[in-house]
Amino acid sequence: MDTHVPVDRREFLKGSTGVLTGVLAAGSPLALIAPSRVWAADLRVLTSAEGATLMAVTRTIAPHDGLEDAAYAIVVQSTDADAVKDESLRKLLKEGVATLGPSFATAPESERVAALRKIEQTPFFQTMRVKTLGTLYGTEMAYRYFGYEGEAFSKGGYLFRGFNDLRWLPEVPLADSGPMPVPAP
Amino acid sequence: MAKFDLNDDGVVVIIGSGAGGGTLSHELTRRGIKVVLLEAGKRESLASFSQYPPEAFAQLTWLDPRTHSGTWTVREDYPTLPSWTAKTVGGTTVHWTGATPRIQPWEMKTRTTYGEMKGASLLDWPIEYDELKRYWELAERRMVVTRRHGNPGLPASNHFKVFYNGAKKIGYKRVHTNYMAINSRPADGRAFCIQQGFCVQGCKTGAKWSTLYTEIPRAEATGNLDLRTQSMATRIEHGPDGRVTGVVYLDSNGREQRQKARIVCVACNSVETARLLLLSESGKFPNGLANSHDQVGRNYCFHVGGFVWGIFDKPICAWRGTTLAGIVEDETRHDPKRGFAGGYHLELAALDLPSLPLAGLPYNWGRDFASIMENYRNMAGIFINGEDIPRATNRITLDRNVKDSYGLPVAHIHVDEHENNGAMRAHAQQQSKALFEAVGAKRVVHTRQTPATHNMCTARMSKDPRDGVTNAHGQTHDIANLFISDGSVMTTPSSANPTLTIVALALRQAEYIERQMSARNI
Repeated sequence: MDTHVPVDRREFLKGSTGVLTGVLAAGSPLALIAPSRVWAADLRVLTSAEGATLMAVTRTIAPHDGLEDAAYAIVVQSTDADAVKDESLRKLLKEGVATLGPSFATAPESERVAALRKIEQTPFFQTMRVKTLGTLYGTEMAYRYFGYEGEAFSKGGYLFRGFNDLRWLPEVPLADSGPMPVPAP
Repeated sequence: MAKFDLNDDGVVVIIGSGAGGGTLSHELTRRGIKVVLLEAGKRESLASFSQYPPEAFAQLTWLDPRTHSGTWTVREDYPTLPSWTAKTVGGTTVHWTGATPRIQPWEMKTRTTYGEMKGASLLDWPIEYDELKRYWELAERRMVVTRRHGNPGLPASNHFKVFYNGAKKIGYKRVHTNYMAINSRPADGRAFCIQQGFCVQGCKTGAKWSTLYTEIPRAEATGNLDLRTQSMATRIEHGPDGRVTGVVYLDSNGREQRQKARIVCVACNSVETARLLLLSESGKFPNGLANSHDQVGRNYCFHVGGFVWGIFDKPICAWRGTTLAGIVEDETRHDPKRGFAGGYHLELAALDLPSLPLAGLPYNWGRDFASIMENYRNMAGIFINGEDIPRATNRITLDRNVKDSYGLPVAHIHVDEHENNGAMRAHAQQQSKALFEAVGAKRVVHTRQTPATHNMCTARMSKDPRDGVTNAHGQTHDIANLFISDGSVMTTPSSANPTLTIVALALRQAEYIERQMSARNI
């Protein structure tokens, strides 16, 4: 699962065309395990400026104020990686970024939303929307931010880890549900 | 495992290893009949199933393109995935949720019960309910279905508690943890469900029935099964007498092979089954096989579906627990006073975090979308599963302008939903909203129609050959040794999840094929 931004950037990768950088928030779960709070994501097709515009596009599509930039950077880096193999996507992204203009990345949210509404039906926007929705919520940072616990097979499932710990509603009669398959350990 | 010669014309070739093809393989091989089973996908295992949802999707899903047209909203919301089927050994039984309700008696006689509906191609099944009931019971015992034959139900999850209490508050009576082909206790040499929530990624405990680790290895153990994976059937061939003689396929190295056959059974899931029959066009059968009445691919049905999400102010953690273990059966009735014909089930449904935005909230973005996602911990879900009304013009055809990775014309799906569907979906959405609000939902949102995981009726059974493609045993009206062995043969879709019925029909078809072979009729 490729969801880690290389937080300890030792060298600027050969062939990079741009880079996205940032600082993890103090108290971020990732900051506890990363060797440095500074992170960087190399780009292979897009320039740093283009990457910054796409970062702003992804955050406008899925605005979670408490979710770190590093999660959005993963979306951009993944899009950039797709474009390495796909020339028409490369063209689509560069033209889309050009249409939005240089001020988009730093514009207030209301202006960014208005600009995206205007191009909502374009392949560029739809590509970025699908890419953002399909990538952002699969990141480890999103799992933590939304409280999603993910796979549980390796931990024995949720059978004794909270699958029935809801107490704000009455219990279900046994006749309409069923017994626990084994007693609690 | 057996290995049969390509020129062995005594074998039965089954194409597709899912609920229909996998079950039929076991049933024929245990009777001593030699079977070559062709499967386009790879063979995964409990150990190889990915637990990262996007990766699992890529691992199990049929990703070859399909094109589409018509007025259905799936075109806008899911343009790249108009139908959601599997490509792996075990087929959709790897991906399915395990829900196994039965069809209702009147749902097998819709033409008689609903009467003449404008723009519909309703038809009564050529099988009596009581006849099929015997086979549902056999299938339920085979698959170890909960709440049937003395098997306990699955325990109630947090998510089910919300669903159950809401349903009871708005007056529903028949609400429970569903009929599930998921072990509520150890059975059939398989483990019990540990409520891990990853049903559709492939069940890593094997608690959920799948032909991948039940029917197929048992068929292999008979010594009569030759399973060929990554083998994509490209056409079915016939002789001068019109009887089928074999199947051409591309093997795992992309080389064309030709397997001779005494009988061919097609079980590729409705869209691909219709496509394969159409791809098998010839001088003698210019419109494809078994298509003398222009019925192949017509009457394509899914289920009137869609998600409804209730957002609460307290945590539910719907991902903890069996994905679809909850059902309301009260709306499964024919009551025209509701404003539509036929009925629907409400089924509990959770989606993992990565899949929710694209599958469950498909057309949204921005602050409103984000505000729903922010409540992921506090969300409960319902999946609507209602009876689609068949139309002759909703059909699968070949798109000769688009080729798949094998170089074959892809399937084109055309759907204009019958107006009955819209009325039913609106009613189901309204009831789901009321259900969630009865237990304190602060907001309820829904999708439109979702891409079909239940694809049916494209080679339907009919008494009169002019109305369908096969007889009551899935034997094509045109060609005695060509059978259809999947959900394509369902005459109408009913409101029941189709896998149980596909398995039941496969059990019944195997008996018929054996009798016909013994009598030297085929």
